Amino acid sequence: MNSDPLWSIFINASLINNFVLAYFLGICPFLGVSGKMETASRMGGAVTFVMLVTAVCAFGIQQLLLLIDAPYLKLISFIAVIASTVQLVEMFIKKMSPTLFRALGIFLPLITTNCAILGLALFQTNKGYGFLQCVVYALGAGAGFTLALVLMAGLREKLALAATPDVVKGTVLTLVLAGFLSVAFMGFAGLGS
Amino acid sequence: MTDVRSDHGPSPTDEFLKGLWKENPVFVQVLGMCPVLAVSNTAENALAMGLATMFVLVLSNAVVSMIRSFIPRQVRIATYILVIATFVTVVDYVIQAISLDLHKALGAFISLIVVNCLILGRAEAFASKHGVGRSILDGLGMGIGFVVALLCLGGVRELFGSGSLFGVRVFPDQFQDWVVMILPSGGFFTLAAWLLLFNYLKQRRARPGPAVEVTS
Repeated sequence: MNSDPLWSIFINASLINNFVLAYFLGICPFLGVSGKMETASRMGGAVTFVMLVTAVCAFGIQQLLLLIDAPYLKLISFIAVIASTVQLVEMFIKKMSPTLFRALGIFLPLITTNCAILGLALFQTNKGYGFLQCVVYALGAGAGFTLALVLMAGLREKLALAATPDVVKGTVLTLVLAGFLSVAFMGFAGLGS
Repeated sequence: MTDVRSDHGPSPTDEFLKGLWKENPVFVQVLGMCPVLAVSNTAENALAMGLATMFVLVLSNAVVSMIRSFIPRQVRIATYILVIATFVTVVDYVIQAISLDLHKALGAFISLIVVNCLILGRAEAFASKHGVGRSILDGLGMGIGFVVALLCLGGVRELFGSGSLFGVRVFPDQFQDWVVMILPSGGFFTLAAWLLLFNYLKQRRARPGPAVEVTS
């Protein structure tokens, strides 16, 4: 069992080891949906929710697999849970807010293949977190993902107005921006343990 | 089951070659970014990751293509993911058996091959529509393209970040290592530089065409 205090888990997951900028997880939506501030923050919300549900389910599955002694089923059962959670969220959003559903478009079903979520489920089992720690870890990771996405969207909205050479437009510029953000987040490395 | 010859379209050789350059998964399609950036801090890690991904890609392409006529449309993505997850579990245990150090260095990223958009993308876009032979060729081409791209990144990052290549010291001792290259930000910068090079070459060839907009 891991005995890290909850606040340190949260800070660690959201700032020091930010999932996007330090672990390179969830790069696809990070590059794809970070064009506009509004979609970016909503995408962050959706991902955080899926992370929370996955973390709870993954905790249960891990206990069950330990019980029946079948660790090799871990990956397959995790991905099955994630796929069904995303399906659920998709139906929910479609019912509650068709506008948001259209704005997120293809990136909503693609949350299934967002490595940040499977990564979260794998890391929490590797670290041996308890139930409450798993929940806080998921919240921290979600907050970190949303923060990175929103920061990026803010920068890109400003940059859209600047005159840039044709060669660097698109992915190249976004990657350079991500690099600088990542350097900035390294400054958090001194926080906590 | 369709046989290789009865498929229409480009020849099998083109099917294989397109992954290397024209539709290179990393530099042109910008797919599967997470492992590309995360484990390319040394050339050795990059090579191992590339080979593992290629293995999964070829086998999952073959299986998806074999069972493509039995899968109902609604559950196809879930089926593909389960097929991929099975092969990734195999790779995970094989790497653990071959070299425990390598397994530790790659960490969770071996398991994360499951969610590599490149593999799911090829299953959906190619293997579900073509015969087994072609799907294997496509997987091989794309896989080799992926390995080459990873090596390009890993080589550059290791060369400047630790002054060595595959663990062998290349630069003289006076060389001051650029620590930033092996840190996360170095991954972003190196990939940006490679994409810039590709965009520039493409634009020079197609002048006076517009800039090539790559979206992922």
